[in-house]
Amino acid sequence: MTHTNWDGFKVGVWQDSIDVRDFIQTNYREYVGDDSFLAKATQRTTDLMNQVQDLFRQEREKGGVLDIDTKTVSSLVTFAPGYIDKDKEIIVGMQTDSPLKRSVNPFGGIRMVRQACEAYGYKLDESVENVFKYRTTHNDGVFRAYTDEMRAARKSHVITGLPDAYGRGRIIGDYRRVALYGLDHLIACKKADKKAVSQRDFSVESTRLSEELFQQIRFLEYLKEMAAMYGYDISEPAKDAREAIQWTYFAYLGAIKEQNGAAMSLGRVSTFFDIYIERDIERGILTEEGAQELMDDFVIKLRIARHLRTPEYNDLFGGDPMWITEAVGGMGEDRRSLVTKNSFRLLNTLYTLGSSPEPNITILWSTSLPDAFKKFCAKVSVDTDSIQYENDDVMRPIYGDDYAIACCVSAMKIGKQMQFFGARCNLPKLMLIALNGGYDISSGIHIGPQNPVLDGDKLDYDQVKERFEQYNSWLMRLYVNTMNVIHYMHDKYAYEKTQMALHDTEVERFMAFGVAGLSVVTDSLSAIKYANVRPIKNAEGYIESFETTGSFPMFGNDDDRVDLIAKDVTHKVITELRKNPTYRNAIHTLSVLTITSNVMYGKHTAATPDGRKAGEPFAPGANPMHNREENGALASLNSVAKISYDDCRDGISNTFSITPNTLGTTDDERCVNLVSILDGYFAKKAHHINVNVMNRETLIKAYENPEAYPNLTIRVSGYAVNFNKLSRQQQREVISRTFHQSL
Amino acid sequence: MMLKVHSIQSLGTLDGPGIRFVVFLQGCHLRCKCCHNPDTWDMGAGKEMTTAELAERVARYREYFGRDGGITVSGGEPLLQAEAVAQLFELCHQGGINTCLDTSGSIMNSRVKKLLSVTDRVLLDIKYTNDQEYVENVGCHMKPVLDFLQVLEDMDVPTTLRQVIIPSINDSAQNVHCLREIRDAHRNVDSVELLAFRKLCQTKYQSMNMPFPFAHIPEPTQDIMDKLTALL
Repeated sequence: MTHTNWDGFKVGVWQDSIDVRDFIQTNYREYVGDDSFLAKATQRTTDLMNQVQDLFRQEREKGGVLDIDTKTVSSLVTFAPGYIDKDKEIIVGMQTDSPLKRSVNPFGGIRMVRQACEAYGYKLDESVENVFKYRTTHNDGVFRAYTDEMRAARKSHVITGLPDAYGRGRIIGDYRRVALYGLDHLIACKKADKKAVSQRDFSVESTRLSEELFQQIRFLEYLKEMAAMYGYDISEPAKDAREAIQWTYFAYLGAIKEQNGAAMSLGRVSTFFDIYIERDIERGILTEEGAQELMDDFVIKLRIARHLRTPEYNDLFGGDPMWITEAVGGMGEDRRSLVTKNSFRLLNTLYTLGSSPEPNITILWSTSLPDAFKKFCAKVSVDTDSIQYENDDVMRPIYGDDYAIACCVSAMKIGKQMQFFGARCNLPKLMLIALNGGYDISSGIHIGPQNPVLDGDKLDYDQVKERFEQYNSWLMRLYVNTMNVIHYMHDKYAYEKTQMALHDTEVERFMAFGVAGLSVVTDSLSAIKYANVRPIKNAEGYIESFETTGSFPMFGNDDDRVDLIAKDVTHKVITELRKNPTYRNAIHTLSVLTITSNVMYGKHTAATPDGRKAGEPFAPGANPMHNREENGALASLNSVAKISYDDCRDGISNTFSITPNTLGTTDDERCVNLVSILDGYFAKKAHHINVNVMNRETLIKAYENPEAYPNLTIRVSGYAVNFNKLSRQQQREVISRTFHQSL
Repeated sequence: MMLKVHSIQSLGTLDGPGIRFVVFLQGCHLRCKCCHNPDTWDMGAGKEMTTAELAERVARYREYFGRDGGITVSGGEPLLQAEAVAQLFELCHQGGINTCLDTSGSIMNSRVKKLLSVTDRVLLDIKYTNDQEYVENVGCHMKPVLDFLQVLEDMDVPTTLRQVIIPSINDSAQNVHCLREIRDAHRNVDSVELLAFRKLCQTKYQSMNMPFPFAHIPEPTQDIMDKLTALL
């Protein structure tokens, strides 16, 4: 197949089948130079961004939500077009008819929508309530099928944050396909796939797939209609850079109009766009300034994306995040890096538009990336604290060179793999339930196998380990079954039609489980092994706290005695998970990631043998508990690097804060040193790191005087937030974390 | 051999080029009034570690060192344990790790010379630029330090001179001028670093029930530091 809009592109197999990777590999131009070519923001961009800043201010002043349309159910064509300033915008399209106005999306569950409206002083319109009286939501379905034990696990918070009341998210459509092929071709391909399915025996699987393909095709047609409302015909391939960005954005916009998943990630678009930009520049129809404007305008649109959430949701995922994660850089299988000038332009938006948590810019780091790009990334980190890094050298051998990151740390091949998101289980609580023989002291719920409370004046390591393993085995079976229910129902009642239409018809699925409190459970086991831990029981004979005497090695000091406990715990969790079959034969994966839920998880967990008091927050993700690191930053990084990515294929999140003066005396030194740290950490096969270069005092000032720091951005756990959007408790927890410094 | 170790900082960026794994040794024979780490003085304290154990630790950080980084041994006064430090540095060199020594330069003997032969860079703490202040505020003469510097030059050891700037004592243009002269007289000296006097250590003195001799002296302003640095 060929198309006039493809003139100037090199031919390849991408023309004969849907293969965006081949298009990129055949056509992109690696850039190994530095950032000196970058243009500054134009007056147009600055004016537009000022209007957006003003809207952000109004949103803050209204308590976090500017406006809600309580009547119109969100979907691709339910809202009239909306603009910030129509004459100034180069890339158009928004979720509702007005910027920052939020829509209602009850398909995942109407209860949360109702509560969210009420939390901000609105009432969900009667008409929507009436429609959903007769329509089953994902949430309805899940609770019909949940067992008593699943409800108890949820209620006791041993498994929490499950996507059973809203969209599951963590699915990345290959939005680039719309720009490269145009919708007519994509629809034709899906129709051909549906026809092929019709030849099969109609088992449960093929019946389901046939209906899904019907839905996919219908929503691709809606997508065309949505673009037409903005005056664009996207049935043909994009003919220039502006159209390529616009078409891709429309596809993403369709997805976030249809779905309110927790993480609605973008994928890996910047190098794809670069091919169009380079062609336009060669043709003399685009300048560097113009190219930056296109990226700026695109990013502005991403920054105003919003979903309506409840306050309880914000407790888990603080800061109103969308996780519009864009993966940048990485190496190709032919050893050329995928860095292009447009990788720089995307990072440059943090200067042209100011620092920001969204989009969630994720550098796919390889020790082989061009030096100039590494240094520019480090500079952006030092200046803005807005980006994160993930190890391309450990992911590329598994996912190839056209994967992206969903949410914070979840890798998947774009358009070929998806995941069933599964939140996380609370490991310290699991350990306490095990010690108490199937009783959760915090909630007063009996759960799991019922056994005598562990006896004795001193906890015996081997006995505790055996008990913990028994309960681990029990919980992981329950966890898999709970996830199977959730994702069966999500597919049934809230299937991602737009996003899955932008996948191959036969996709590979992951089921992504998670753990919280890894360092707490690790240090607790270390305390039991190396120190003396005396359980203290309450009147009913249940252990409610511990007296720990003597010293014990703590996670975060590069000490194998304890670090290998962490590695072993994660290994045992995934091993048990794998024993239980999953819905749609998904591949079990595991993450060590908490978002900001480490605060809430800690709140619902009693005292632990490591000395952590009842209710105290856990460390985020795979982080060592703060202020237990005695040998400095690199020792802490080395401890985390020992957790195996083979066990934790859904990612291992580490959040790292360092004071500017500790990183070096001059800006140049700081950048060079940060590059060395990243190279070293990833050479150790570590998976992820959030980098903050800041002083604790800045956060304390922002805590005390928020108005003075409206745009303070900080990486928290796999994502970045505007510090002011965190709850007071989350802010205090962030302030209490280790800031590596040497005196 | 055994080394008496005070503490380890796995990420140092201020004590030598690039990323440094810094080992602070226990024990010092000097009693500098500006000392930041009085807890490193006592020769009897500290944790014993073998040179092999330490070399194994350092090697875990090799990936972070890049082109310039490596190990820095500081103190206390590392020259007091010169023989063992030399052995540690030899082990580091066998692993291709750059070695850096942070010292007062107040001891010279054959063991120290052996150590310098396996040292890639010395950070020489020139505490003052005249003998009177040395005697008053350090407790030794200046001449051994200058002799030490001469040995460094003779042995071709790249050297950074460092000095803590203490208001009212050495925050003068005259002092910086003297430092320049010392630098210019030795071809192995390629840089001079002025460090601001800091009083964060006061709590350490309090917890050790000792008076901080320079408690009355203020920290220098950034402005003074910039001005003096510009004179270099």
